[in-house]
Amino acid sequence: MAAVTSLGESSLDRPAERPRGMQARRRRRLNLFRYLVFTVFGLFFILPLLAMTRFSLEGRTLGTWSLTAWKQIVSYSFPDLPPLLPAIEITLELAVISCVIVLVLLVPTMVWIRLRVQWLSRIFEFLCLLPLTIPAIILVVGLAPIYNFIRHYELSALMLFWAYVILALPYAYRALSAGLNAIDVPTLSEAARSLGASWFTVITRVIVPNMWQSILNATVLTSALVLGEFTIAYLLLYTNLQVELFSISRNTPNASVIFSTSVASLMFAFALLLILSFAGRRRQRGRG
Amino acid sequence: MTSPMTRTQDGTARAGVEVRMDGLSRHYGPVVALDKLDLTVQAGELIALLGPSGCGKTTTLRLVAGLEDADAGRITVGGKDITHLSASKRDMGMVFQAYSLFPHMTARQNVAFGLRLRRIAAATRDKRAIEMLELVGLSTQADRYPHQLSGGQQQRVALARALAIEPQVLLLDEPLSALDAKVRAQLRDEIRRIQLEVGTTTLFVTHDQEEALAIADRVGVMKDGRLEQLAPPTDVYSRPATSFVAEFVGLTNRLAGTVSGQTVTVRGRDLPLVDPSTPAGPATALVRPEAVTLASDSTGDSGPLVGTVIAVTFLGATSRVTVDLGDTTILAQLTTADAAELPAGSRVALTIRPDPVLVSADSPALSEA
Repeated sequence: MAAVTSLGESSLDRPAERPRGMQARRRRRLNLFRYLVFTVFGLFFILPLLAMTRFSLEGRTLGTWSLTAWKQIVSYSFPDLPPLLPAIEITLELAVISCVIVLVLLVPTMVWIRLRVQWLSRIFEFLCLLPLTIPAIILVVGLAPIYNFIRHYELSALMLFWAYVILALPYAYRALSAGLNAIDVPTLSEAARSLGASWFTVITRVIVPNMWQSILNATVLTSALVLGEFTIAYLLLYTNLQVELFSISRNTPNASVIFSTSVASLMFAFALLLILSFAGRRRQRGRG
Repeated sequence: MTSPMTRTQDGTARAGVEVRMDGLSRHYGPVVALDKLDLTVQAGELIALLGPSGCGKTTTLRLVAGLEDADAGRITVGGKDITHLSASKRDMGMVFQAYSLFPHMTARQNVAFGLRLRRIAAATRDKRAIEMLELVGLSTQADRYPHQLSGGQQQRVALARALAIEPQVLLLDEPLSALDAKVRAQLRDEIRRIQLEVGTTTLFVTHDQEEALAIADRVGVMKDGRLEQLAPPTDVYSRPATSFVAEFVGLTNRLAGTVSGQTVTVRGRDLPLVDPSTPAGPATALVRPEAVTLASDSTGDSGPLVGTVIAVTFLGATSRVTVDLGDTTILAQLTTADAAELPAGSRVALTIRPDPVLVSADSPALSEA
């Protein structure tokens, strides 16, 4: 038996040496291609942002620099405009609520489908991806009567979470599904069950800790969606951060304000997502 | 090494418990995975369930573990009916074919997991986890994560984890099949040593006959959801109950013969029958390769037991020789020293040792290599 094993190993080792030069060349070419793609797409994304930033810093005469447009975002010099702070607060709360609900809905359901009702997985995937195919405006038309009903009981913009959870489903589903695919859910849960774990313990102490990265991804995607959402909030007559920024820019004669508010909201979202993903990564590293 | 496992926490010696399966059945749609299986595993015994894939051996194990529900039948452990008990309450240690360690926990945390669920104090838990890792020879790797361990080490940790909870029954579902040959043989012997030391009643599922014969007190050979034979390894090998068992366990020559009375006549030789009630008439005798001996033949005669060597397969201490008898071929297993004197092409005379043989009346008498 030992003879067979060592024969098998040596025959595997040998052919790896010859094409090393070829592989190195291929790898160099691939790297070059990578940098090229990275540069082209980087410019594609960064140039409009830079232009926007530049325009938001435009002074009264063309070619001069000024912080006026930025000051106007935070200044409360317009008596009829509410301050930004409540809008930021409501948007953050919406992000948190949406993330929590999306995760609480999806994680146990997806684990359960994987373990017990495999045949449901296609249907479930279809349902989760459905919101992606429905334009926001149609969604609003459908949601309007429901929100009319909701408004009888609660006026807060927090009620937008119903719509946001649905909007976030496709992204969160994809992220979580990738995480679940990376672990052997049936074997791990059977092992845990045989050691005496209840279903709740299986999910909280075995499955979830092994899919932190994908839970984090789902959280980042959901938060990004909520932070940037404008259409539904605006059309359903709620005020979130995006709607607030839009109304600031509309109510000021200075055109640069439109751009300063856009850049500000982008930076706000970017900073938040950065914090989120760093916090998650530290947690991962702590676990080894 | 004295084992910490032979005694429970209150210091009393622990004996295994009896596991009984009565009329256990399981269907997957139209497919019958398990067909009214009756099987009793004695306290402290290790039974290996052996059979080709789809024979129901893994289903049996999963039903005992509670990972699947039986369609009919009863499972009792130590006299207690557990047929409808949930898997998490059955108190069984299980080792899986796939690597099943929790990736986010170290070896020590993996082993301690079951104890944590039982709310055992941290200090005791830790001590026990280390003891268990010592038992499987991995105490120095306690703080490694599964991805830092080899396949064999992972399965050892899985075994330690299964034993840490002091299970009533140990269930091993092809735990060695993902490992390479050398590690497999090592770990196989170790599992047996530990099982004897701990005394837990054990069900071991495998499709590898060598593994089953080497490790078990009794071997259960399964086919199509039924138990074909349940007997000690030597009996399964030398006195197979059915032709399926004879052919599944070990290599077998199929030789044409005629049954008359207590014997079957094969190529002019009378061989005793395993089952004396075999009906008289033409039949196929199943002859083990090691019952065939070869001697160099220089007479040049042609007889029913003279042939030409066509191939010699080196297996280490023994060699397998294929002999062409004109109308059929026959396999003989010889020591390598003996086989060296019979190169391919040489004329040989055969002797068949008069071991009891089984005959199968069902198929045509063709030799199978």
